[in-house]
Amino acid sequence: MFAYIIRRFFYALPILLGVNLLTFALFFIVNPADDMARMHLGQKHVTEEAVEKWKVEHGYHNPLFYNSEKAGVETLTETIFYKKSVRLFVFDFGYADDGRPIGRDIIERMWPSLAIAIPIFLIGILINISFALLLVFFRSTYIDIWGVVLCVILMSVSTLFYIIGGQFVIGKLMQLVPISGYDTGWSGFKFLVLPVVIGVIGGIGSSTRWYRTIFLEEIGKDYVRTARAKGLSEITVLFRHVLKNAMIPILTGVVVIIPLLFMGSLLLESFFGVPGLGSYTIDAIRNQDFAIVRSMVFLGSVLYIFGLLLTDISYTLVDPRVRLS
Amino acid sequence: MNNVEQKWWLWPAISLFTVLVLLNVLPGFFALKATYLWTDIFIFLLLVMVVMFSAYIRSKEHLSRPWKRVFERKMAMASAVVLFVFVVVGLLDSIHFRLPLTQQQGAEVHYSVDVSSVLDVLTSDLHEKIEKTYSAPFAIQAFTKETIDLPGGGSQRIYPRLKYGGAHLEKPEEQRMADITWRSANSVWQSIIAMLFLLLVVTMVSARYTRQKFSFLLTQVLRGETHLPWRVAILVTWVILLIVLFLINTATHYHVFGTDKVGQDVLYLSLKSIRTGLVIGSLTTMVMLPFAVLMGVMAGYFQGWIDDVIQYIYTTLNSIPGVLLIAAAILSIQVFISNHPDMFGTSIERSDLRLLALCFILGITSWTGLCRLLRGEAFKLRELEYIQAAQAFGVKNLRIISRHILPNIMHIVLIIVVLDFSGLVLAEAVLSYVGVGVDPSTNSWGNMINAARLEMAREPLVWWSLAAAFSFMFILVLAANLFSDAVRDAFDPRMQRQK
Repeated sequence: MFAYIIRRFFYALPILLGVNLLTFALFFIVNPADDMARMHLGQKHVTEEAVEKWKVEHGYHNPLFYNSEKAGVETLTETIFYKKSVRLFVFDFGYADDGRPIGRDIIERMWPSLAIAIPIFLIGILINISFALLLVFFRSTYIDIWGVVLCVILMSVSTLFYIIGGQFVIGKLMQLVPISGYDTGWSGFKFLVLPVVIGVIGGIGSSTRWYRTIFLEEIGKDYVRTARAKGLSEITVLFRHVLKNAMIPILTGVVVIIPLLFMGSLLLESFFGVPGLGSYTIDAIRNQDFAIVRSMVFLGSVLYIFGLLLTDISYTLVDPRVRLS
Repeated sequence: MNNVEQKWWLWPAISLFTVLVLLNVLPGFFALKATYLWTDIFIFLLLVMVVMFSAYIRSKEHLSRPWKRVFERKMAMASAVVLFVFVVVGLLDSIHFRLPLTQQQGAEVHYSVDVSSVLDVLTSDLHEKIEKTYSAPFAIQAFTKETIDLPGGGSQRIYPRLKYGGAHLEKPEEQRMADITWRSANSVWQSIIAMLFLLLVVTMVSARYTRQKFSFLLTQVLRGETHLPWRVAILVTWVILLIVLFLINTATHYHVFGTDKVGQDVLYLSLKSIRTGLVIGSLTTMVMLPFAVLMGVMAGYFQGWIDDVIQYIYTTLNSIPGVLLIAAAILSIQVFISNHPDMFGTSIERSDLRLLALCFILGITSWTGLCRLLRGEAFKLRELEYIQAAQAFGVKNLRIISRHILPNIMHIVLIIVVLDFSGLVLAEAVLSYVGVGVDPSTNSWGNMINAARLEMAREPLVWWSLAAAFSFMFILVLAANLFSDAVRDAFDPRMQRQK
């Protein structure tokens, strides 16, 4: 197992390098630093000196890959690629355009993101799997048919509608909870209820349908027929046999997401004014702060690869046949 | 019979050719200057492909059978009719030209800078009637109070009459409800007549075509006993006709969905957004399809280092969070566009190019799923006996792929294309909200929602643009979802085993 994890770590390196090169190409080769400086300083009446000054301040004055003015190792380290991209590998994110250290911001903003994402994730899984089992229990009856239709309808509604509608009805008309805001500790609870509820509702349609397909696929298998032939009740069959055996496809889809919960939800956080990583990203995109966007891209891919690793490890926990070697 | 089978392409080709020639000739006939945007060209390419493919499928029994299964479902038939209407509106909005300006006799013709489409001309009643600012649906008065100078001196703060909404009424307070009711009643009987006419003509034509008795066919349709659920199709058509006629009757005199901040008719904006939604939903899959199919099949079929490289590419792309990759790419393009203003003539060309770029980037982020599925399928197929036999006979790899593998993975491609459509339409709204969607000047539901969102705090509430954008989007996405369900059930062999 340990050897497997080490090997996966080395397998992840080229992927991260690829992500790094790709974002580097997008941000620095398609648009030279001069263009970026000009855009930040305003399009017109920009002097060469101002552009140079902006570039030095933000560390874009070096050449891209190879600095011929320096000697020794510095030919490679005194470059934009080294300073802006390679440093990400040790999670040195550098500074945002407004001079704040990105690394500290990320650690600070991680907690509000988790406060919303983890409840949504857990409650969502619980509700969706229960609904799916319910539909499968009543399969090919009207409950199942209309349940699926309801799922399709829920899926067809834009997430924005859930958010705007929820804020309007619950926050504004009924005034049950504040429309937006955030607080630490227990006093923040009232701010979290609405985003969590909306986050869960927004996911019900597609997830329930997905779980239902997985369960239906399992229920057609031979071991289920054997279990029924033994005289087990339908409920025992569903919970003891089908649910357990459906764990592998479920884990494939679910475990990958867990590390990405850190990244937060872009929409929920920005609508509800939660100071998490999601709203951090949105603000960075709107302010065209490329340093933050680049860091978040890198962080996102690290977490995704970590999620893939977790998925493989989780297989060994639920399926004794799977061995990692 | 053999003769017919060989020429399946003849009639669609002739009709497509005629349409394309007409599209080129007609603008000149009406003294217009045809304009081709990049997305227009892609849309018509897609249309040509769809028409040719469906003609080919019709000619082959084994290919058309699953499609018949799709349309046997009432839900699928109903949503197909709805989708068809959306597509027609989108296509009408994709024929662009520039109108000539009024000129003196004999002088050289100058064309307007604004690019309009056939839809613009058809709905000129809507978008030329611009109010000052917000007005509610069917309103006759403005939404905000204004200071009006009274004739006898002095001034008063009142809700002024709208310039166009209900302008034909003399005593608006008393007449408004009666007028709207009368117009709605009118559209009911008009739609019934139109529907009956349509029913008779279609039944007559198909009676001639299938050599059945007209009365027999008509009773079959009305009783819902036809093989395909034509009765459902006709009912849905009637509902759509009713809505369209209602809009024609009322939208000429009122703002059915109200007006937005700058006084534009919200119904017009929603109609214009249909094209954007369809373009994003369909062009995105079209641009990603060749890559996904080629790479997936190659990875699964050749294996070895080709497989490694392709897997590496898609894992890398997949590991970047989708929104962030799109944001990164769109931000780069934005910088590029703002630094090279000379490369784009008009603002509509610029926003059109950004729409196309968005399709490409969405395609890049969404092809990995299909690629992985196809790789797995090709992997399974190459182990089958008939392909090993082909290899043993020395058939070339390229030929094995095109003859034996591609036809056997087409159902997956089709299912994914249809399934992806609705997700992409929804994604557009979210991306526009984040600020990395379509150009702010493009009409899209995302932009409408984004603009209206800022007015949520207003008292009383401005709800109509949100309502219009959300309901248009909901109807399109729901129809697409229901249709794609039927397609998946008909084409996915796993689904058939479950039944």
